[in-house]
Amino acid sequence: MDTHDPEFQAMLEGIRERRGDSVSVTDIGDVVHSMLASLRGDISASDIELYTEIESLAKYIRAAKAEIASLRPDEVKDTHLRTASDELDAIVDATAGATNAIMDATEQIERVMEQVDVDQQAILMNATTGIYEACSFQDITGQRITKVVKALKHIEETVDGLLTAFGDEIAKYKESQPKEEKQAEAPIEDADLLQGPQLKGKGNTQEEIDALLASFD
Amino acid sequence: MAVDMNMKILIVDDYKTMLRILRNLLRQLNFANVDEASDGAEALQKLKQDKFGLVISDWNMEPMTGIQLLRAVRGDESLKHLPFVMITAESKSENVIAAKEAGVSNYIVKPFNVETLKTKLVSVLGDF
Repeated sequence: MDTHDPEFQAMLEGIRERRGDSVSVTDIGDVVHSMLASLRGDISASDIELYTEIESLAKYIRAAKAEIASLRPDEVKDTHLRTASDELDAIVDATAGATNAIMDATEQIERVMEQVDVDQQAILMNATTGIYEACSFQDITGQRITKVVKALKHIEETVDGLLTAFGDEIAKYKESQPKEEKQAEAPIEDADLLQGPQLKGKGNTQEEIDALLASFD
Repeated sequence: MAVDMNMKILIVDDYKTMLRILRNLLRQLNFANVDEASDGAEALQKLKQDKFGLVISDWNMEPMTGIQLLRAVRGDESLKHLPFVMITAESKSENVIAAKEAGVSNYIVKPFNVETLKTKLVSVLGDF
C-alpha cells in the first residue's frame, strides 16, 4: 500500500518488518490513533474559527439578499421610477403648453394696442412685458426638472445593477411571496380614487366622461 | 454713435418658449430684426452666413453650449468683436468667471426682467 505519506509509510514498513503481513489489534489501534492525531493536527483552532466566520458571513449575505429581494427592486424600477419620470415629463409639457397659450393671448393684446390712446398703450405695454417676464418661469422649471430626471436615471442605473446581481434571488422571492392580486370584485376604497391627474392617454377625455355619464340615463 | 435698431440679433436657446419670450421682449425694446438658433452649432453656422450685430445666448445647450459658442466666436477673426450677451440660469461664480475669461460682453441670470435686459444691452451697445 502506497500512502504517499512518508511517516505513515515508515510506520507500515516497521509493522511489516516486525509482524509480517499479520497485524495485531494493538498495532491496528496504534495506526488508527496515529491517523486521528494527524487529522486533529490538520484542522487547527484558528481554522475552525475561520470556517465559523465564513459560515456566518454566508448566512449574512443570504439574509441581505433576501432583504433586497423583498424590496422588489424590479417593481421600484418598472413602476415607481418610470411613473415619476413620466409625471415630470408631463409637467414640462403642460407648463410649456400653458406658457405658449399665455403668450398667444399676450401677443393678441399687443396687436390691438395701436388702436388705443397713448396712455392706455403704455399701461398695456407694461402689463404685457410683465407677462413675458413671468413666462420665463417655464424655462427655469424645465431645467430644474431635467436635473431631477437625470437623478432618477442615476437611481434607475443603480437599481439595474441590483437586478443584475440579485436577479435569481428576486425571482425566487417573487415565487415564494406572490403579491396578493386585487380581486376584481373587491370594492373600490376612497384611497383608490386619489390618483391625481392622469398622464396623456391614461384617463378619460371629457367626451368619454360625458358618454359615461350619459350611459347612466 | 447711435445704436442701429435694425441690426440683426441672434438669440440662441434650446427652449422654444424662451426664444419666444426673448423675441417679444426685444420687440418691446424696439429691436424687431431677430433670428433664432437652438444651440451653439446652429448659431455659429448662422453667424458665418449672415451679418449680426449682437448675440444673446443661453449656456446649457447640446451639442454646442453657450460657452463653446462664445469661444468659437472670439476665436474667429471675422466674428471676434461681435457683442455677446449670455442669458443663463447658471449663476455660480465659476460660470461668470469662465464666461468673462472667454470674452463675454455681459451676463444676465434667469429669470430676468426687461429692465435688466435693457440695462445690459445699453452697456454693450450704447444708449438707445
